[in-house]
Amino acid sequence: MSARTAPRREHDAIIVGAGHNGLVAACYLARAGLDVLVLERNPFVGGAAVSRRLYGEFTYSNCSYVCSLLRPEIIRALELPKFGLQIIPYEGGCTMMRDGGHLALYDNHDALRREIGRHSKRDAEAYERYSRDVMRQCKFIKPMLMREPPDPTSFKPRDIAELLFLARRFHGLGERRMADTLRFWTMSAADFLDEYFESEIVKAHFAGSSIIGTALGPRSPGTAYVLLHHYMGDIDDTVGAWGFARGGMGAISNALAASFGASGGRIRADAPVARILVKGGRTRGVVLEDGEELAARLVLSNLDVRRTFLRTMDPQDLPPDFLRQVRNFKIRGSSGKLNIALDGLPRFPAIPPESPCTRGDMHVTDTIEMMERAYDDWKDGRWSRAPYIDMLIPSQIDPTMAPNGKHYMSVFVQYCPYELAEGPWNDTRRRAFGDTVIETIARHSPGFKDLILHAEIRTPWDIENEVGLTEGNIFQGELTMDQLLFNRPIPGYAQYRTPVAGVYLCGSSAHPGGGVMGAPGANAARAVLRDLGRKAAA
Amino acid sequence: MDDSVSAPHFLKPLLRTPFHRRARPLCQVEEFIAWAGYSTVDVFTTMEQEYFAIRNAATLYDLTPMVKYRIAGPDALDYLNRLITRDVTKLKVGRVAYCIWCDDAGLLIDDGTLFRLSEREFRLCTAMRQIDWLAAAAIGFDVVVEEVTEQVAALALQGPTSASVLRAAGLDAAMRLKPFEIGHFEAGAAPVMISRTGYTGDLGYELWMNPADAEAVWDLLMTAGRTWGLRPIGSRALNVARLEAGFLSPNVDFLSALHTIRVGTGRNPFELGLDWLLDFGKGHFNGRRALEQVRRAGPSVRLVGLDIDGNKPAHDALIYAGASARRRLGAVTSAVWSPTCKRNIALAIVDASHAALGSTVWVEIYLNRELVWERRMARARVVDRVFFAPERRRATPPADF
Repeated sequence: MSARTAPRREHDAIIVGAGHNGLVAACYLARAGLDVLVLERNPFVGGAAVSRRLYGEFTYSNCSYVCSLLRPEIIRALELPKFGLQIIPYEGGCTMMRDGGHLALYDNHDALRREIGRHSKRDAEAYERYSRDVMRQCKFIKPMLMREPPDPTSFKPRDIAELLFLARRFHGLGERRMADTLRFWTMSAADFLDEYFESEIVKAHFAGSSIIGTALGPRSPGTAYVLLHHYMGDIDDTVGAWGFARGGMGAISNALAASFGASGGRIRADAPVARILVKGGRTRGVVLEDGEELAARLVLSNLDVRRTFLRTMDPQDLPPDFLRQVRNFKIRGSSGKLNIALDGLPRFPAIPPESPCTRGDMHVTDTIEMMERAYDDWKDGRWSRAPYIDMLIPSQIDPTMAPNGKHYMSVFVQYCPYELAEGPWNDTRRRAFGDTVIETIARHSPGFKDLILHAEIRTPWDIENEVGLTEGNIFQGELTMDQLLFNRPIPGYAQYRTPVAGVYLCGSSAHPGGGVMGAPGANAARAVLRDLGRKAAA
Repeated sequence: MDDSVSAPHFLKPLLRTPFHRRARPLCQVEEFIAWAGYSTVDVFTTMEQEYFAIRNAATLYDLTPMVKYRIAGPDALDYLNRLITRDVTKLKVGRVAYCIWCDDAGLLIDDGTLFRLSEREFRLCTAMRQIDWLAAAAIGFDVVVEEVTEQVAALALQGPTSASVLRAAGLDAAMRLKPFEIGHFEAGAAPVMISRTGYTGDLGYELWMNPADAEAVWDLLMTAGRTWGLRPIGSRALNVARLEAGFLSPNVDFLSALHTIRVGTGRNPFELGLDWLLDFGKGHFNGRRALEQVRRAGPSVRLVGLDIDGNKPAHDALIYAGASARRRLGAVTSAVWSPTCKRNIALAIVDASHAALGSTVWVEIYLNRELVWERRMARARVVDRVFFAPERRRATPPADF
């Protein structure tokens, strides 16, 4: 197909950015028989789903660090297990309290009930109602993840059919659950959790996932949805379960790259795209930073919506109203990350010996109030003095991450601003940010600092510079109601297509959003194939 | 010997009952199950031996994991009367009532037995923990609702010779108990409350005691029952007996409305044939408005008893209108070969069009013939779901056997 349409080599499709979504889209297109080239500006693939060795034999999941949302349909269709992907569930989770107590989460239902019951017997049973209601909402939303959202203003048969699908599902919920759904999508995590739990520590533990990657506090409206977003995945049919990719998150990207290669696709690393070229309202390829032009009939951008249209395209090629909306798209940096090589397993005196709860996500924020104060610091343009951390030691479960007996710790930090009030990010400020996090951990783990062999400290500014995510926002745009479903990323452009013919968005700026789900990439590929009159691989 | 005391819950999630040290050595086949947070025996010797003891002699069953709530206070009666669909004001002190309660949409939350211990104190025994719901329902009432599962040990003594066992144990006074009546007695030195209740549909009693007295009461009964064929039984044999008696099993024959995730999987009392427990004349109760609508419109599906041709239990079977399996009517919820009735029985949810007694339906059964699977369409008749109800269960004073 490509050979006969152009004298010089014209690709069917170029994918800008080898993030996991770019690779997912590339795989689907290559499997449909297209000639696909992936361009990546870094010397390695994966974007924010990477495993890198920055210190000795330690492997870091530098950015994203745990996996749940990656759609099983994608894993299956692209044969990722054959290409080395294995996902292993966590074994627990916990929040350590300032007074030396703790709340653990256990897989075993009875152990969990007794554990929550230590803090409140009533909450132990309210947890069942909480899980039920979260599952009810997940059941409603999940089928929409792998579908192109309808354009509510369109009268095309497909849009009307999709709107009907949505309406029927919504109506099928019944009056009470419809009301619950609307509340869920708009209320704050704190208000939501108050409807179930009385114990501060229980609420604080569950509130964590409502703020991860989000420039909102637990009392901000809209955060209940973010909480739900984190429950939407599953591992082997255990809904809401999270796990480690064996070999780090790069294992996902590497498996995708291998699957892509096996279908005849090609990836060029160290090939930063300067511009997506447009002629007569239609793309004709890209130009690299070194001036090399590459021709293609289609260009899929894995970059976020702001970076795609404001930094990689000529404004003259785009409608002004569209550009205004792109400029206003909310994509604020709020998260940092520490990757730490440890000489041994840290001790957490709050956790009873032999408890498996450290083999999962660990936290130290024991009230919603503390979480909200951490957010206040972000609003003031500083990193949280008492940050919310999502801390894991994957090497306890995955033997490939660190030398035997040593450990790799991943620490996700909320909140950390993209722009500091005191001035630009520099080495001193980055170190001070890192010290704040390390002090926070050390308060719960005596001797922790002595175990540190190496630490990679990443601010939103660093993440933007290395990965390319605007402001370092991990979801390529906030997951708030105004930016979800047919409003993601821009009303009227929620179907992966853009104002320029042949240019598509395939990153998590598009529906259904971020979290290493792969769904935006898969859906974008399907949109492309539909436009070409072809079918996607099952 | 008993490591449950020191083992933390994350290493040993299941509790052990106060009878564990007695039951454990008698369990020959190491078959245990988790039940409401406790480890209990599923089979002691063989299911068949234990089952026939229920219908032929006497059996001891550790009932401790049954979830128990103490409901007490000046408003306890009003509270329960709003919660429960029956008229609780008619429940006299010293009596027990089988009852159900529903959510606002009229869907069944659970069934259980309500004991009236005094004017202002009740005990509610349920299959699942639900303090979240019971406490929410208590707002505005001067009532204390607390779970007392761990504070009360319980044994079911069931079978035709169970009254004889009580007499041999020096508990002759309990012989006067009528069905659903409660009495307080001394078992040796231990105070026990005895109710003439059970889950077997046979003559039987339930004994409620302080956990500290549990082993002494067990020993007393086991000694007294030696000549009356008394043996401990596990949950598997009991399940056969309860199915013969037509009793529902929560999470098997219905799912609590508190746990349903999908729309339409909750069940109302009309669908489950429990509408005889609804008292629309008593004033308001939870779910009433929704249930009045169901009463007018009639249920669209119903739980029925099935008598199925052949002898292969129809576990998890789908039910059709004809042998051609074109029109689906529902599915079996519980099935067993009844050793006493010599019938292949089941409980099933079917479309209301085929729920009348005497209707014929077809059941799709998969047969494992030495690892070669076959599908068989078996004819079944809709019958009264009480498959076995011997007169001896009601006789007062009870017969010797």
